[in-house]
Amino acid sequence: MSGSATKLPGVLESVLMPMLNILVALLASGLVVLALGEDPVVVLSLLIEGAFGYEEAIGYTFYYATNFIFTGLAVSVAFHAGHFNIGGEGQAMLGGLGLTLAVFWLGSSAPVLSIILAVFGAALFGAAWAFIPAWLQAHRGSHVVITTIMFNFIASALLAYLLVGPLQRPGGQMPESSDFPDGTALPQFHELMEILGISFEQSPLNLSFLIALLAAFGVWFLLARTRFGYEMRVTGQNSDAAKFAGISVPRVTVIALMMSGALAGMMGLNELLGEQLRLIGNFTLGYGFVGIAVAFMGRNHPVGIVLAAILFGAVYQGGAEIGFEIPKITRDMSVVIQGLVILFAGAMPHLFRRPVTALYARFAGKGNK
Amino acid sequence: MEFITDILLLSDSTLRISAPLILAALAGLCAERAGIVDIGLEGKMLAAAFGAAAAAAVSGSPWVGLFAGIMVSVILALLHGYVSIHQRGNQIVSGMAINIMVAGLAPTLANAWFSLGGQTPLLDNEARFTAIDLPFAKSLEGVPMVGALYSDLLSGHSLLTYLAFAMVPLVAWILYKTRFGLRLRAVGENPEAVDTAGISVTLLRYQAMVIAGVLCGMSGSALSTALGAGFIRDMSAGKGFLALAAMIFGRWKPVPTLLACLLFAFVDALQGRLQGVSFPLIGEIPVQFTIMLPYVITVVILAGFAGKMDAPRASGIPYEKDR
Amino acid sequence: MHVAPAIETRDLCKRFGDVKANDNVSLVVDQGSVHGIVGENGAGKSTLLKMLFGFYQPNSGDLIVNGEHISLGSPAEAMAAGIAMVHQHFMLVEPFTVLENIVLGAEGQGLLKQAEIDAKAKLKGLEQQFGFDLPFDQPVSQLSVGERQRVEILKALFRGADTLILDEPTAVLTPQECDQLFELIKLLKSRGKTILFVTHKLHEIMAVTDSVTVIRAGRVIVRTDTASTSPEALAEAMVGSKISRSVTRADTDHGIPRLSVQNVSALSDHSHRALQNISFDLFDGEVLGVAGVAGNGQTELLEVLTGLRRVSDGFVSLSGEATNSKDVFTDPISLRRAGVGHVAEDRLKSGVVASMSARENAILGYHREADFCRGGLMRLSAIDQAANDYFENQDVRPRNPDLPVASFSGGNQQKLVIAREIARDPQTLIVGQPTRGVDIGAVTKIHDQITALRNAGKALLVVSADLDELMAISDRIAVLCDGKLVGIVPISEADERTIGLMMAGSAASSLVGSATEGQDQ
Repeated sequence: MSGSATKLPGVLESVLMPMLNILVALLASGLVVLALGEDPVVVLSLLIEGAFGYEEAIGYTFYYATNFIFTGLAVSVAFHAGHFNIGGEGQAMLGGLGLTLAVFWLGSSAPVLSIILAVFGAALFGAAWAFIPAWLQAHRGSHVVITTIMFNFIASALLAYLLVGPLQRPGGQMPESSDFPDGTALPQFHELMEILGISFEQSPLNLSFLIALLAAFGVWFLLARTRFGYEMRVTGQNSDAAKFAGISVPRVTVIALMMSGALAGMMGLNELLGEQLRLIGNFTLGYGFVGIAVAFMGRNHPVGIVLAAILFGAVYQGGAEIGFEIPKITRDMSVVIQGLVILFAGAMPHLFRRPVTALYARFAGKGNK
Repeated sequence: MEFITDILLLSDSTLRISAPLILAALAGLCAERAGIVDIGLEGKMLAAAFGAAAAAAVSGSPWVGLFAGIMVSVILALLHGYVSIHQRGNQIVSGMAINIMVAGLAPTLANAWFSLGGQTPLLDNEARFTAIDLPFAKSLEGVPMVGALYSDLLSGHSLLTYLAFAMVPLVAWILYKTRFGLRLRAVGENPEAVDTAGISVTLLRYQAMVIAGVLCGMSGSALSTALGAGFIRDMSAGKGFLALAAMIFGRWKPVPTLLACLLFAFVDALQGRLQGVSFPLIGEIPVQFTIMLPYVITVVILAGFAGKMDAPRASGIPYEKDR
Repeated sequence: MHVAPAIETRDLCKRFGDVKANDNVSLVVDQGSVHGIVGENGAGKSTLLKMLFGFYQPNSGDLIVNGEHISLGSPAEAMAAGIAMVHQHFMLVEPFTVLENIVLGAEGQGLLKQAEIDAKAKLKGLEQQFGFDLPFDQPVSQLSVGERQRVEILKALFRGADTLILDEPTAVLTPQECDQLFELIKLLKSRGKTILFVTHKLHEIMAVTDSVTVIRAGRVIVRTDTASTSPEALAEAMVGSKISRSVTRADTDHGIPRLSVQNVSALSDHSHRALQNISFDLFDGEVLGVAGVAGNGQTELLEVLTGLRRVSDGFVSLSGEATNSKDVFTDPISLRRAGVGHVAEDRLKSGVVASMSARENAILGYHREADFCRGGLMRLSAIDQAANDYFENQDVRPRNPDLPVASFSGGNQQKLVIAREIARDPQTLIVGQPTRGVDIGAVTKIHDQITALRNAGKALLVVSADLDELMAISDRIAVLCDGKLVGIVPISEADERTIGLMMAGSAASSLVGSATEGQDQ
């Protein structure tokens, strides 16, 4: 759904335009850096070096990208059905809770089974947390943007309670659970590569990256090939036409938002089952919100989302690296860059449409309508 | 007697807490009445809180702080206006972008300027809006009832709190009694009617965003220079979103919105009072559950009232002349 | 003494991309006259009007108002030049009162209270002069369509307009309301106002105008005094070739009704009683036209008959299968499977998903059928095949199912919709506004197709706001007013006046007993 009047060739539309937007976002970030009295070029090269410069950095970049793939897909699935799921944060927290309960329930007796159960637990709890806002939207017309935001706060408080109460590590002081039972962890990427006989530096990158890619394929298949995907897209584009076609709009709304919640919930696989190996409070760190940007930058297409997620992963990882080198620029700077990328690439997709169209028309010889 | 004291204290903190909520909710109201959904209230509040605290810390004057807070918020409001009006971008994405950007930028700048780990220095009382005693508050203190109500409850709040309450009738007056208000309400309902009547839709919407920016700037300044004494990370803590919910609950009307804000503030105040209190049968309610309370109430309220019914018809929809 | 025309244009041009919406349009509207502009949908009338009141700016050409060359950069400038427009879709703010709507943009001063007092004083004079009687303190949302239109006209007069442009003013009115409007137009003219009257209905041109300009494909075809022309001559100028239309009808088989509506009542979205105790039968081999002023229950009737709205009372049945077929009418998909096709009255609102490709739209509503979908997966090649067939059969252009529906013309969209709805050879077809927003060439085709289906023994119910259309294609015409069935008239006994009266609610009991269809013909 490109949805605008002037038609540009696919490459310009889906590659050049987002690139230009990102460029402006980076320029704006450069201005911030300049205002802080640092050299933007140095900072940018640190960022790139920090994100892609060595194997560990690449591992981290893709590790963060995994989170963004899940949350980006979550936003996009809801958006295709015509809704804004801003509740990725809360759904991810509950997904984390779900997988934690799953691994503790089975324990270390059957690690593989416990991991499989954890995947389902994460998806199930995420979906369940999306259910109430979804149902209220479908049947009461309560705006899902507001209710999902509220559910983020509720989830955060709930997790806080559990982590200083029933789920807290016995004798512990931090808001975190006990370590997961032995063996219940997703295999690390470097371990997997070792099996193939390739050595790769250790990083938190783990199997959930592949799960995320699988999820992206699943979302593409859902949208492009299945009847439910078709019904979802019809509902999202024109709910009156959906009713006309005999599609139950409330049903599609609830199911789509729950799928969205499930995808967001699976983010916990990467953070908790891949790296932390315990449940911690507020492990979502705003990844759910960034999912909005990832989805929009990726033009709500799974391939675009994976690419956008990698970009955000790079900003995140590179941004952290800058913090080590230049104390004046903290990790918060990467949040600023994310915000600017969302602003330029997500909210202003048409910023360069006019000049690009004009240039294209000129080079294509004549106006292409 | 203790019960009455409790009620008084509770009411007192309700008034105090409600001020930033009221200002932000009125900001959202002005924007949405003109047809622009502003989910970036949270970010504007936070930015203003930082701007006000930083300027007050440097200048030592709360007034300079307030001015800076308002300026920062207005700039962000105009940015959101530009995306919504000129770029016809997605207003929810734009709002979230502003929220995220500010969440990063405020502590980044705080750290760079003050090196206090993302905070601003603690403000002296001279650099804050402190409690004001209303006329005769001291002399009436001893009088039964009146003293309690007037001297304890109504008197002794900061200037910004009084301003917040004064803004409600002012905004209502502008909306309903002036030419500008008539046009502003019209542009949120049917921009085409406004355009064909020879009034600029673009200008009206920018004006609405400036008003929203000013109100939101006051709201953020209240957080850091009246309720608090400096900027701390994430100090808006969801108040911008609560304000949005209050505005919806208040049906996009000033006085009902005020009441909704008071309700949320009351729940918040109650939450503070309930901490550590042991109830018969249930025992002590964990603090996390009382923290949840305003959010749960918001959801219940939204579930009870179909929220979208009274929304300005054109809100969230970019205006395109040539369709 | 020679008086300059109120409005004159010379070689006005307006392009949108490659499309020339107006091509050297020259127009002369005399001072104090009623001048008509006629043309088909899409002929370029709206574009011309929008330039005359400053909403669009011409690419080239001159605009002369009261003898002075001017350019109008905005509606405000047009207003300052004394030109006001009454839009087809009213430019009113519904929650606002009549008075608020009138003063909006012409308040005169900052405070509303004084502005409203001043306005009231001024309006009193206008009311007396032009015989208005409007409830100033009521919200516009509570007004009838005719009243809203008068608010628009009063709004223009309040701003001191000397020239009023009325864009398709009768499209939404009952014949009686039309008469009132014509009275008002004559009164305005007698008070020295100039009226530009835009329509595609020729009898209206003949009734109220002094002179007329015909526009076709963005060009002026002819300008003439009304007295010296005829509807036939105008029609020919408008369409470009003589239209001959003689429908040959096979006999209707009044055996068992194909679809039977019994004492049906239904609520609207706002829980008003939209349909009240309606009963009629639809037979094979007939077209039952449904007439009525917009908003008198036609939409709800269509929705009830297509499974989109539940009845609050009574029932609808198919082929006499009494009550067990009732469930069918709560589910559009079962209804389609039971052989009831549905051409939606508002195509872009609900009949298609404009942003999706024509291919994907070709299965909308039939997407659950086994040939398009198996095991929850879409069968892409079958869908592709179906879309290509529809394009071929109905000659949909351009022949590219990949394009989003929005990029097809109204006529081609409608062809695609009709192809989709008749692809499974339904015995019953429920049609809303068959030719709304459809170009003239396609209109004839669609009418012929409806007649062909009828002659093939299908049962068709057609709701249309265009009475001429219903008169041309129906066997019987049912009239709805205020949610009630006023009566059903066989075409042989139907004329515009009678139907018009019925649309306004006067039960034509002398013609046909209400809600009984009896033996027509």
